[in-house]
Amino acid sequence: MFRYLVMRVAGMAVMALLATLVVFLIANQVPGDPVLAQLGDLAASDPNMVARYRARWGLDRPLSEQYWIFLKGIFNGDLGVSISTQRPVLDDIRQYAPATVELATVAFLLSIAVGIPLGVLAAIRRDTWIDNLARFISLAGVSSPTFWLAFIMLALFYGGLQIAPGPGRIDLSVISPQTVTGLYLIDAAIARDWEAWRNAAGHLVLPSIVLASGTLGLITRTTRASMLEAMTQDYVRVARAKGLRERKIVIGHLLPNALIPVVTLGGLAYAVLLTGAVMTETIFSWPGLGRYTFRSAVALDFPGIMGITLVVAAVYLVINLLTDLSYALLDPRVARERAE
Amino acid sequence: MSQAADSAAEAWHADRFGRWRRRFGLAAFGAAVVLMWIAIAILAPVIAPYPFEAVDVTKRLLAPSAQHWLGTDALGRDVLSRLIWGSRISLFAGIVVVAIGAALGVLIGGVAAYAGGRAEELMMRATDLVLCFPPIILAMAIAAALGIGVRNTMIAMLVVWWPKFARLARSLVLVQRSQEYVEAAVVMGYGSGRILFRHIVPNAVGPLVVLVTLDVGQAIITFAGLSFLGLGVVPPMPEWGAMVSEGRELVDQWWVATFPGLAILSVVVGFNFLGDGIRDWLDPKSRRR
Repeated sequence: MFRYLVMRVAGMAVMALLATLVVFLIANQVPGDPVLAQLGDLAASDPNMVARYRARWGLDRPLSEQYWIFLKGIFNGDLGVSISTQRPVLDDIRQYAPATVELATVAFLLSIAVGIPLGVLAAIRRDTWIDNLARFISLAGVSSPTFWLAFIMLALFYGGLQIAPGPGRIDLSVISPQTVTGLYLIDAAIARDWEAWRNAAGHLVLPSIVLASGTLGLITRTTRASMLEAMTQDYVRVARAKGLRERKIVIGHLLPNALIPVVTLGGLAYAVLLTGAVMTETIFSWPGLGRYTFRSAVALDFPGIMGITLVVAAVYLVINLLTDLSYALLDPRVARERAE
Repeated sequence: MSQAADSAAEAWHADRFGRWRRRFGLAAFGAAVVLMWIAIAILAPVIAPYPFEAVDVTKRLLAPSAQHWLGTDALGRDVLSRLIWGSRISLFAGIVVVAIGAALGVLIGGVAAYAGGRAEELMMRATDLVLCFPPIILAMAIAAALGIGVRNTMIAMLVVWWPKFARLARSLVLVQRSQEYVEAAVVMGYGSGRILFRHIVPNAVGPLVVLVTLDVGQAIITFAGLSFLGLGVVPPMPEWGAMVSEGRELVDQWWVATFPGLAILSVVVGFNFLGDGIRDWLDPKSRRR
């Protein structure tokens, strides 16, 4: 098991580094010029200024040297300086990450809390209204574009009915809680500032529903399919023959088996939520990594994009590893296989 | 005994249409929606009531009416006409990205599986490498770097689109390769290229067709999303994602952003139903799952 872990982690590190190389090469092989994107037309027409700018950001050095500098930086915990915000990329990421983590976690809990019970009910009461509702929700979640869903939600509940707060993490009139974790809900709870807590929670409702829409559908569908599969197994018939109550069969026998594929999917879903919030964050003016990514990409801010790439690839790989490991916990057969 | 069997057979025949509808009703509906949109895209110059770029500031933000069924946007352009013209780009981008992505992926995955050894290892690691990015972020970075435009955005999407097809194609080929008919073809002395494309690919094509159909919807959403972020089309070209973006601040003039979104939703639902239907048809076991 230990050997397996070491191999996996080493492989992951190599993958994450290769990922930055891919982005670096793509970014440098394309016609767009970050200098022009940053300086504006007037300054860019002055060759002296362009040269100084290039020298300042190291853009005049050979490609291999630029990448070497980036690699050396990583091992010193330095991801370079963002061209567009003029601050260390690591500081930027540290500043924007909590907003994304908070939003993604709430959206994740929402999709689990609704998706699993809905999928289970849909499987038990197959072809009834609840099955159809589950089917409708998964279809709508998978088929509606996030950015449009976000608009509809805002137009309806913020603009029209005025029962939901507008974009942003917290109202301007409310003082945001003292930063401890950066997660407003936790920080506000620590400070016992319940007004800020309520306000921040209110601001989370719409964006988390929008963000959760896709994963909710996937989790519902997978839970339902995997429950139906489990229901055909012999041990269920045995449990019935023993005269166990239906409730007990579902909770005690079916769920633990049916949820194994959902765990894999759940891990992936969390990774998708953490990294896929670009649209949601852009529309809800959510000061998170998604919006930062978008702004870096549009500004051709290479250090910013590469920093984000590294973080995102790392998150993906770590969550994948954790998912695989949890598999071993849930399914003893897998653990035995690996140990051998 | 035989009478019972007869009446059962009769009932079966009488119920045939019902069965067909239960089995393929949604798929037929999906196919109808998709065909409708394709027809709209082809006939755009004929059926669009106004030119898509006709600006008229005296008619800004008119609510839906008899003259403008879906209202007008901030520049006084007819939303319905732009919606109709926009179907061209969205459908084109979605279908072409998936078609080329699938072709590339199948080629890479198929060759990898068939070649085996180090070539396979190398190709599949490259696939994993691309798969460890969330597609939208990588596509966004590439699209931004290449510059705005339909072609560039499609190239950016292609870079992230092929790996899932490579994975599927590889597993399909691995399954097929161990089948006896392939061994027979090898014994016959056919070349690898012929065996791969004439024997293995046709037999493994079912799951691929399903993934392709389901995927066109996702490609349309992704392209519209990139357009929404300002990376897809150059104005004033009408595109559904860009149209939603133009109307995103207009909460009171909800029609500007709502209708293009509904258009995306309908075409994606159409492709989803169609894909599910094809899967059921090819693999009756998966039905009702």
